[in-house]
Amino acid sequence: MKNAQRPTPNATPAGPMPITVEDVSFTYPSGTHALRGVSLRIAPGEAMAIVGENGAGKTTLVKHLNGLLKPSQGRVLVGDWDTREHSVAKTAARVGYVFQNPDDQIVERTVGDEVGFGPKQLGRTEAERAADVAAALALVELSDYAKTHPYDLTTAQRKLVTLASVLAMRTPILIFDEPTMGQDARGLALIGGIVERLKGEGRTVLTITHDIDFCAAHFGRVVVMADGQVLADGAAADVLARAELLATTNVEPPQLVRLAQALRLPRAALTVDGFVETLQGSRGAGGQG
Amino acid sequence: MIHLRDVTYFYPRATVPALAGLSLDVPAGQFCAVIGANGAGKSTLCYTLAGFVPHFYRGKLTGQVEVAGVDVPAASLAAIAGQVGLVFANPFNQITGARFTVREEIAFGLENLGVPLDEMRARIDDILSFAKLTELAERSPFALSGGQQQRLAIASVLVMRPPLVVLDEPTSQLDPIGSKEVFAVLRDLAATDEATVVLAEQKLEWVAVFADRVIVLHEGRIVADGPPGDVLASGDLTQYGLQPTRYTQAARAALAAGLRRDSAELPVTLEEAVEYFK
Ligand SMILES: Nc1ncnc2c1ncn2[C@@H]1O[C@H](COP(=O)(O)OP(=O)(O)OP(=O)(O)O)[C@@H](O)[C@H]1O
Ligand SMILES: Nc1ncnc2c1ncn2[C@@H]1O[C@H](COP(=O)(O)OP(=O)(O)O)[C@@H](O)[C@H]1O
Ligand SMILES: [Mg+2]
Ligand SMILES: [Mg+2]
Repeated sequence: MKNAQRPTPNATPAGPMPITVEDVSFTYPSGTHALRGVSLRIAPGEAMAIVGENGAGKTTLVKHLNGLLKPSQGRVLVGDWDTREHSVAKTAARVGYVFQNPDDQIVERTVGDEVGFGPKQLGRTEAERAADVAAALALVELSDYAKTHPYDLTTAQRKLVTLASVLAMRTPILIFDEPTMGQDARGLALIGGIVERLKGEGRTVLTITHDIDFCAAHFGRVVVMADGQVLADGAAADVLARAELLATTNVEPPQLVRLAQALRLPRAALTVDGFVETLQGSRGAGGQG
Repeated sequence: MIHLRDVTYFYPRATVPALAGLSLDVPAGQFCAVIGANGAGKSTLCYTLAGFVPHFYRGKLTGQVEVAGVDVPAASLAAIAGQVGLVFANPFNQITGARFTVREEIAFGLENLGVPLDEMRARIDDILSFAKLTELAERSPFALSGGQQQRLAIASVLVMRPPLVVLDEPTSQLDPIGSKEVFAVLRDLAATDEATVVLAEQKLEWVAVFADRVIVLHEGRIVADGPPGDVLASGDLTQYGLQPTRYTQAARAALAAGLRRDSAELPVTLEEAVEYFK
């Protein structure tokens, strides 16, 4: 990566910050029951993906973690804070959220101002803000666009701008809603690299994704949702191999898992290297297929 | 159905063309997928086929653009709309905002076509069920999840049954099996000659399984064109900012590890990969 030597803006030192979702239900004002009794514990430093069919309640759930939505029943704790007792602005210092639709998030007229918006809300000095913005834009490889109007960028680029906005806030917890939507191979690699870097720094990274191959490549824990509930929750290698269960919520295992299962290999690997190793193991090195 | 000759297009104020001397012929009933990195020109090609280039975006278009016998630069947008349906990448651009419910949103275009009432009802019920929106028919289009909005955008175009269906990354927010189902429906539309389909996409696994033909765009030019198996297994793919399917990647890695010595064609789909590794 071009900016490999750049450090990620450091997380605000705030101590370990688990997330606890206790029996949360949520009903939209129009009457839709979008969450029905969801319970989860997310430890500091975990990398967790949420998958599931359209309308399962994924976005509704993560909007509870940064306080944008408050539970109709149950409670959400971020560290020792109950989200109902703190403003969204305060919770945002702990939890950064990248919206599914970048146009719901972007408010400023230049990319630089947009990325600097969060740090400004957090009361950082101008010098600090400038450093945060520069570091975050470098990470998403948009340093040349600081003065550009966000609407002169493509949707894929605007998504990267919103990602930078959240990186610039240096929160201990980051949530990405469909980060790879509309990205090409380079964008995928860029976002994957950012996720790996955040994991390396011990931050909590949550993502919602329909890209199961991306999920398999970067997230150790997977939560499967359907109809406002958690269907399964566990290690990616186990959960993503449960084809029948996944199908009930319109999800398929990753490509390599489907291939390993079709070949009846002893193990379903999540990476190309892992797949080749399994193949080697089952045939003996140098064996002919 | 589509006849493009030496098409070059500059957006207003642009110094590099978004389409650069592009020629393309697509016969009726073909399912043609368009792939390429961000910025390659996929959306611009979609807009050109639907007449938004040049009629909405202005800019400078040269060359010949003929779609369903209509001379696009010379025709009115209304005349083009009778032949071409376009699904935008962002469903927000599709939803009219003029209607209160999902059902009314889908009816909008049909009313303008003057379709009789009971036929209209039947067509809407069919498409609602395909888009898994039946239970949401009386909801506001804005009280939907992202994926549900995208399904609505697809439904409101398909319900019109245009002879040419153009879709710009229409599955970017759809769940995995839902994406595959959209590809299958497009394949069926093309296979039964009900429509010609041009689809800009990133999901190469489903392009490989369902499309008749794949073209690769790079900097506004067509740099590869052929059956999915040939185009997607080609070593050039990465050079155009595309990532081959995991099946192709796994086959290459197995070759490199000496697990395979023959030079059988590289797999691009699950079925081919099973055959390859068996
Ligand atoms: N603003 C809203 N008002 C009313 N209902 C809503 C609203 N947003 C979402 N819903 C409904 O709540 C349920 C959960 O939606 P949510 O957006 O959480 O789904 P999701 O899992 O994120 O889906 P997608 O994969 O399509 O983004 C769905 O039934 C949806 O129709
Ligand atoms: N509305 C626009 N105004 C000016 N330039 C644009 C506009 N839309 C796209 N472009 C430019 O045209 C080229 C092709 O973009 P696009 O068709 O959106 O590619 P793709 O859909 O393959 O990502 C890019 O250089 C892009 O920056
Ligand atoms: Mg969502
Ligand atoms: Mg595009």
